Amino acid sequence: MEAAAGVDARLPIRSDLDLVWVRQHVRQAAARLGFGLVEQTKLVTAASELARNTLVYGGGGQLTTTRVAHGRAQGLRLAFSDRGPGIADLEQALRDGYTSGDGLGMGLGGARRLVHQFAIDSTPGVGTTVTVTSWAGRPPRPGHPREEW
Amino acid sequence: MTDEFSRPPVAPVPVLRLGDVLLVTLQGDLHDSTAEQLQQDITERIGSSGATGVVIDISGIEIVDSFLGRVLAEIAAKAGLLAARTVVAGMRPAVAITLVEMGLTLPGLRTALNTEAALHLLGDPARSGSAVPRPGRR
Ligand SMILES: Nc1ncnc2c1ncn2[C@@H]1O[C@H](COP(=O)(O)OP(=O)(O)OP(=O)(O)O)[C@@H](O)[C@H]1O
Ligand SMILES: [Mg+2]
Repeated sequence: MEAAAGVDARLPIRSDLDLVWVRQHVRQAAARLGFGLVEQTKLVTAASELARNTLVYGGGGQLTTTRVAHGRAQGLRLAFSDRGPGIADLEQALRDGYTSGDGLGMGLGGARRLVHQFAIDSTPGVGTTVTVTSWAGRPPRPGHPREEW
Repeated sequence: MTDEFSRPPVAPVPVLRLGDVLLVTLQGDLHDSTAEQLQQDITERIGSSGATGVVIDISGIEIVDSFLGRVLAEIAAKAGLLAARTVVAGMRPAVAITLVEMGLTLPGLRTALNTEAALHLLGDPARSGSAVPRPGRR
C-alpha cells in the first residue's frame, strides 16, 4: 500500500551513528502515518532507548519498521532484534532503576510506558527481540491501551 | 539510501562564555559520543574559566532519552562540585511530556523556560547569591 512507502524498512544498529538514523527514520515514518508531535516524540524516544539497548547489551542488531492497520487506524510497529546474550530475568530488566551497566535503568520500563503495545521475546544465549507498536491517535481497541501481545 | 539519510547529523557543540556563565546550545540529534565529549568539555571549561553558572539551551533538541538525561544530570552534578550552578533552558513541551510519561524526572536539574530566564535565574542575587560579593572569593 502507498502509505507504507518510506515507512517499512530494515535498519542496522551497529554504532551510535546508527542510533541517529533510527531516530530520524522513526520520526519521519510516524509523521507520514499521521502521528501528532507528542506521539512522534514519545515513539522516537522509546525507539532511541530500545535501539541503544540493542547496541550496548545486544552487541548490535537491527530494527525492522512496519506500517500496521486495524480498520481505519494506522500504526507503526518497531522490532529491535539482536543475537546477544538475551535477558535471563525480564522482570528485573523492566524494573525502574535496574541496570547491569552504568545507565539509569529507565530505558525498558520507560519505553514500555511510551508506547501502546510492548513485547519482549528473549532467550538467554540466543538473543532478544523487543517489539513495540503505537497508533496515530487512539489505539484500535479502546480500554486496552497497553495490552501486551 | 534515501536522501533523508545523507545529512550529516552532528557538529561539535560550541561553549560560549557570557560573563560568569558558560552558554551551551544543543541542536539537532546528538551522537552519544558527542554528548559524552560535551560533558568533559564543560567540566574542563568550568575549571579553567572559574565560571559560576552553566546554561544549557535544549530548545533545538527534539528528544531527550535516558542517555541524554543522564548526561545533563551528570554535567549539573560535576558543575556543582566546581561551585557552578546549571540551568537547562528551553525544553520543548513534547519533550517534557515524554520525560514525565517515561518516568524520567531528573530531580537534580534546574530548568528555565528560555535562555534569558536562565541567565536571570543565575544572575539574580535574591535567588542565587552569586552576584553578592563575598570576601575571599576570586
Ligand atoms: N537487548 C538486550 N540484550 C540483553 N540485555 C538487555 C537488553 N536490553 C536490556 N537489557 C538488560 O536490561 C537492563 C535494563 O535495561 P534499561 O534500558 O531499562 O536500562 P539501562 O540500559 O541499563 O539504562 P538506561 O536505558 O536508563 O540508560 C540492562 O541494564 C540490561 O542488563
Ligand atoms: Mg537502556
